[in-house]
Amino acid sequence: MSDHILEIRHLSKAFGSHAVLKDIDFTVDQGDVTSIIGASGSGKSTLLRCINLLETLTTGEILFHGQDVTKGKINQSAYRAKVGMVFQSFNLFNNMTVLENCMIGQQKVLKIPKEDSRNKALYYLNKVGMAPYINARPDQISGGQKQRVAIARALSMEPEVLLFDEPTSALDPEMVGEVLDVMKSLAKDKMTMLVVTHEMSFARDVSNHVVYMADGVIEEAGDPSVIFTNPQSLRTREFLKRILAV
Amino acid sequence: MFAQLLSDIGSLWQKYGTVYLNGIANTLILATVSTLIGCIIGFLCGILQTIPCGPNENIAKRILLKIVRILIRAYVEIFRGTPMILQAVFIFYGLPYFFGVSFKDIWTVSIIVVSVNTGAYMAESVRGGIMSIDPGQFEGAKAIGMNHWQTMLYVILPQTLRNIMPQIGNNYIINVKDTSVMFIIGFSDFFAVHKMVSGAVFKYFPSAFMEMIGYLCLTLLASFLLRKLEKKMAGKPDYELVNTDQLVMTAGTYNFPSDAGSPFDEMSKDYKGEKK
Repeated sequence: MSDHILEIRHLSKAFGSHAVLKDIDFTVDQGDVTSIIGASGSGKSTLLRCINLLETLTTGEILFHGQDVTKGKINQSAYRAKVGMVFQSFNLFNNMTVLENCMIGQQKVLKIPKEDSRNKALYYLNKVGMAPYINARPDQISGGQKQRVAIARALSMEPEVLLFDEPTSALDPEMVGEVLDVMKSLAKDKMTMLVVTHEMSFARDVSNHVVYMADGVIEEAGDPSVIFTNPQSLRTREFLKRILAV
Repeated sequence: MFAQLLSDIGSLWQKYGTVYLNGIANTLILATVSTLIGCIIGFLCGILQTIPCGPNENIAKRILLKIVRILIRAYVEIFRGTPMILQAVFIFYGLPYFFGVSFKDIWTVSIIVVSVNTGAYMAESVRGGIMSIDPGQFEGAKAIGMNHWQTMLYVILPQTLRNIMPQIGNNYIINVKDTSVMFIIGFSDFFAVHKMVSGAVFKYFPSAFMEMIGYLCLTLLASFLLRKLEKKMAGKPDYELVNTDQLVMTAGTYNFPSDAGSPFDEMSKDYKGEKK
């Protein structure tokens, strides 16, 4: 059991009387690249936000290395520092430069000295190809660049898992590629990732695990080659037919 | 007529110039110090009012926050809803009833009254400023593990301060003018000098004329400086790419070999543009 990094058990989430997630169960292991696909409103993003404790779950538990993080015994901030998140709308800190964005968490949360945090920030900014822009502020760079900085910011915390909440949905088509390239290189480096995405090519070619969600339940999960070529569920088949035809 | 006015002003200035300047200094000190303290009060109130309080927090914290909110609400409504001139009188003559000792120091009382007043207005400005920050900023900070105070201190408040700078400036200019009501408790600000001088020499209009010009100069100067400050806080409008740092790779940035030149380079023999 303890070799799973994340284990989600019977997770349910309701906004008022509206159930968004119903009895979700799945696990994430070291080095897994899991893509969560599904129609809008199927609960994909909510699931990711629940995992990062940005939403409180109604019932169920989230085990991180076998320890339940929803029960308040564990330090939420420490958990969040180990589970990075990249948002659809980047959420870079507008009052800081690119470099400061990547240093602030290290300094204040992980208590890393300034010089070390700077080196680490530069290392990861280099990795996403944004190192020359360290003095720019978020409103001075493009959407694709912002998202790459956001990835570097999350990586600077050296998390064990990285959650991506539709990282390319807010981007112009020509910028999607640069962000996907960064994600692909992370996958190659065996980073554990959980990606909510509408990019079917990423789900099919890069991830080694695909979860299809519909109406708040996991309709089908498994190997991408199986799901994309021979889906078992009728709804999965219809969804893929619809989305791959475009 | 103008000649008469000018000569009257001249004689007033000769006799009471330093008194007027002293009044201006007092006004500026009171307005500046009180605005700063008022901002601090406003920020504290704004922060306390925006502490998140979900239904699953523990009951003691929720009750405490509720009480704090009610107290701040009452403070804001009382000091926003009564004239400052009356508050000055109320506090100056009221405190001896409760504390036995007379509040002798006019400076202290004046600073308290104006600060507390500014604070009441600023509390609402700060609350609005915090609420206007994109929720994504809070989430971004939470997602890298910052707690509420760190999020506020390093991410939200710097942006709030920048956003409400115009309101702070507004309050400062209002304070420069409205500290004039402190003459009621004997504070010798710029306007009090007018009362004193014109009462002594009966030159009401020339003195008022000087005061008008004086106040206008002060506020114009203040708004000019505040604009400068605002611009400075907005940060540099441009940035430079860094490629001298050893850790920074210059992937993707390609320097054209300078000696070879290009067809678009005037120095090159391949230059195809117009030759002069």
